[in-house]
Amino acid sequence: MRKLLFESLFRRPFTEQAPSPDDAAATELAIAVGLAARRRLGRSLSIREIDAGSCNGCELEIHALNNAYYDVERFGLRFVASPRHADVLMVTGPVTKNMRDALERTYHATPNPKWVVAVGDCARDGGCFAGSYAVAGGVSQVVPVDLHIPGCPPPPINILQGLLALLDQTAKSVAPT
Amino acid sequence: MPSLIDLMLQGHEVQHHSPWPRSAVDAAVWNVAGSGLAQGRWSLLGLWGEPATVHMAIIDAQTAEIAVISLDCPERHYPSIGKHHPPALRLERAIHDLFGLVAEGSPDPRPWLDHNRWGTRFPLADRIDSLSNGLPYRFLPAEGDGLHQIAVGPVHAGIIEPGHFRFTASGETVVRLEQRLGYTHKGIEGLMAGADLDRAVQLAARVSGDSTVAYAFAFSRAVEAALEIAVPDRAVWLRALLAELERLAHHLGDIGAICNDASFTLMHALCSVLREDVLRASNTAFGHRLMRDVIVPGGVTRDLDNNGTKAIRAALDNIRRRFPALVELYDNTASLQDRTVDTGMLKPALAKQYAAGGYIGRASGRSFDARRTLAYPPYDSLSFDVPVLSEGDVNARVWIRVREVEQSLSLIDQILDRLPEGPLRANAGQLREPREGMAIVEGFRGDVLVWLRLRNGRIERCHLRDPSWFQWPLLEAVIEGNIVADFPLCNKSFNCSYSGHDL
Repeated sequence: MRKLLFESLFRRPFTEQAPSPDDAAATELAIAVGLAARRRLGRSLSIREIDAGSCNGCELEIHALNNAYYDVERFGLRFVASPRHADVLMVTGPVTKNMRDALERTYHATPNPKWVVAVGDCARDGGCFAGSYAVAGGVSQVVPVDLHIPGCPPPPINILQGLLALLDQTAKSVAPT
Repeated sequence: MPSLIDLMLQGHEVQHHSPWPRSAVDAAVWNVAGSGLAQGRWSLLGLWGEPATVHMAIIDAQTAEIAVISLDCPERHYPSIGKHHPPALRLERAIHDLFGLVAEGSPDPRPWLDHNRWGTRFPLADRIDSLSNGLPYRFLPAEGDGLHQIAVGPVHAGIIEPGHFRFTASGETVVRLEQRLGYTHKGIEGLMAGADLDRAVQLAARVSGDSTVAYAFAFSRAVEAALEIAVPDRAVWLRALLAELERLAHHLGDIGAICNDASFTLMHALCSVLREDVLRASNTAFGHRLMRDVIVPGGVTRDLDNNGTKAIRAALDNIRRRFPALVELYDNTASLQDRTVDTGMLKPALAKQYAAGGYIGRASGRSFDARRTLAYPPYDSLSFDVPVLSEGDVNARVWIRVREVEQSLSLIDQILDRLPEGPLRANAGQLREPREGMAIVEGFRGDVLVWLRLRNGRIERCHLRDPSWFQWPLLEAVIEGNIVADFPLCNKSFNCSYSGHDL
């Protein structure tokens, strides 16, 4: 372990700063998210993720936001374990009828001001699962949604981009829900 | 006790079922199969319903023979298999929820997928509109002095899928865990009915996001078996490449995540980087990080070009350079080993009884790996080892995955070196008469089974069985006697699918 830790003192960090086109976009986005988030919420945004019936694809990509390449915590974006600690609910999946109640209760357990981000194509309108006897529909069928991030699943970089859009949107609104 | 072939001969063989035989049997033969399972002579591969029929897939572990037996039940009941062979219990409960068929004599007739929220009962048979009856789900009782319950979920603390765990604990020690699943039930088998092949393979690839390649692979193979389509060589090899990349990414991620649940975050951070490298290479090579919608009936939709090959090779080199140091770190960190060794023991007898697939079975002495046991192409012409351990603890499951990472690296090398040239896709023809096909494919988590019947180019019935069906119940057994704080560790070392199971 000492060897690995020692090595990391000298090795360049994995966290991406290099300005190849995609990476530059990431860095720009990341800085913008940081500034907007500071205006609105001091210096952090706490996110509670809820899988309301997803296939788990979106969860994998949301997880990836935490890896050393994206390292979202450097911008004050943080995934928290309880809705009581959250500013943002990030909801995935077509909302299944079996999860509807749990989603509503989680929403009501989150203090104001709060925003809901629906991640993935299914979260918009049920995606390819729309019309099933077991599916209630998109997230907005159950709780008010402030932003949809499309993709099946959206890559981590698009999710970051989406959070920026959310912050711009909420900065414009006078009284957030 | 007859052999599996003798058993099949006692029924009427059903025409046009490939590649394994299917036989329509009577209740007596159905019961003989049940006792064969109970005696450990055969293993249960799957149990699924139709509006007035139940089907059961069985494998003879000695000979690797596979057979499907079917029992008509116009009276809407059939003799319970779960009564003699517990691994069938949840499958029977699911059949009842979806089709209304009653497993006679079952010791556990409680609902499973039906949470009383659909507004309908028996959605895949004669649908009956129903209002919620408001009755709470009955958890099994655990009684004794000083016992207390801990309810967890369906919304969990991490970024994971929803499910409910009801712990009964005595102090720190778990006396009983009972799972309640079905929260992510999307009715996929209902959506499959009547779908054309394009839509159906899209649905199959969305059964469980982490196994999107494995599901599309299994579904496509089942269609190809039914319609007798010969897949071009290049597509066959590319499919295995996709499957190994998927396995590699999830094994790397999960090895780190297991260590993370033992609060050893350094492993997690470094493994996540390797995992991301694989996803990025996959994206370069196949245009999607999880390689979704690449495998379709008849072949694949994308070719691999030089850039893709280069990206994959670079990711492989990187893993070869960095991974051994991480394995050494895992092996030499006493505080980590203290958490993983002897924790969450799965006895080999239980793994065998439940025919537990994947690293869960292979860490508990069950050597089944569909790539080897069933040797579907191109694995029949690739060389690889199937690592097996018998300790059955969290540590053994980690080691199986470490060894499988090494095997996948070697497999990907072999595939890239020997990738044949040629077309990517054969035409999936249409047949008016019904044709049935079945396939079993080894996903990273274990064997995925798909059974389907096609008519007029559309799905009449498609059943998709996730390996988790036979792994989830074992997690209940494994956690008994462990401390509550070790549950995340045990759970992660299993990493069962919720969505694949709930369907």
